[in-house]
Amino acid sequence: MNREPAVTTKDAWQPRIVALVCTYCTYTAADMAGSLRLQYPPEVRLVKLPCTGKVDTIHLLKTIQAGADAILVGGCEIGDCHFLEGNLRARERVEYAKVLLAEAGIDPARLEMYHIGASDAPLWVARVKEMVARVRELGPNPLRLAGKATKADKPKPAAP
Amino acid sequence: MIIARRKPLQEIKDSLEGFQRVLVVGCGTCVAVCLAGGEREVKLLVSQLEIASRLAGRPLTLGEATVERQCDREFLHELRHLVKDYDALVSLACGVGIQFLSDLYPDKVVLPGVDTTFIGANEEPGYWTERCRMCGSCYLALTGAVCPITMCPKSLLNGPCAGTREGRCEVNPDKPCAWTLIYDRLETSGRLDRIRDIVPPRDHRLAAHPATQTHQAYKRRFSAHE
Repeated sequence: MNREPAVTTKDAWQPRIVALVCTYCTYTAADMAGSLRLQYPPEVRLVKLPCTGKVDTIHLLKTIQAGADAILVGGCEIGDCHFLEGNLRARERVEYAKVLLAEAGIDPARLEMYHIGASDAPLWVARVKEMVARVRELGPNPLRLAGKATKADKPKPAAP
Repeated sequence: MIIARRKPLQEIKDSLEGFQRVLVVGCGTCVAVCLAGGEREVKLLVSQLEIASRLAGRPLTLGEATVERQCDREFLHELRHLVKDYDALVSLACGVGIQFLSDLYPDKVVLPGVDTTFIGANEEPGYWTERCRMCGSCYLALTGAVCPITMCPKSLLNGPCAGTREGRCEVNPDKPCAWTLIYDRLETSGRLDRIRDIVPPRDHRLAAHPATQTHQAYKRRFSAHE
């Protein structure tokens, strides 16, 4: 994920959404959206995974901890997982992470999982727009405004 | 193995009131398998505490460590150089590990991060069932390896109560009647005649607490404890 300077005012704020996407479905749909010249908001950063079954609860918490405003997990449609049930496992972990985030004081609406088929570029565009609208409603991640940054937030030093 | 459940974050946060430097200590054995206090759960709790304390405007200094077993001194000794940097330790081990950690580092405040619930079996990942109440005198030879102490809410030793209905328990109809399970198991294994054996009243001295036990081979070493 590209690091940006800390944002201090709400006016200058642009949402930063991390999308954890499966290479077999949502990533392909996003790729197709590009080929089809479908426009979608640039606030989303894709992380391509071999399967959403790779998503661990701790990845979701750490992503919010590091300052992302929201996380979108994009997995295959139910029954369509290349590895049979990776998307079902991701769904359980996302639900659990929502509970843990809510306990810690973060609105669980900042995390959502969608099932987007490889051929469904318009659905990907709709989901991204939906998530961006939701985050604009919620405002910046409160951790970006509260307290000092932790080690996880700080940009890595540039290579010599 | 021992089953435990992570305490709600609010309860852990309340117990940490007034402490600044906190070390979360996991246990890599039973509580790791039951997803309550292993290395992964330590990371989740540390992340939650980090987020919550920053939101509250008082960021905690957090550390994490996981040892093989907290019920063994040799593994807890590994922490001796680490604990000195912290005011409070949150243990995610079972009640045994939490107490043992405090025994070893008595000058540190040791707080529980889990509730220890029962001795159980790993039915499926994420689902555990109680199978043993540690009563001190095992009846499984008489009952077709189905424990009446654990599986029957009334711990009846000589057949079912009058509340058994079509194989279900009157205390919780979602659960099977232990004595129906015992009957079926004895019948399946061709030992149904054993159900007529009368079991004498339990010797509750065998389940006296706090219990100690010395292995035969170590009688000389630990005879002072007997």
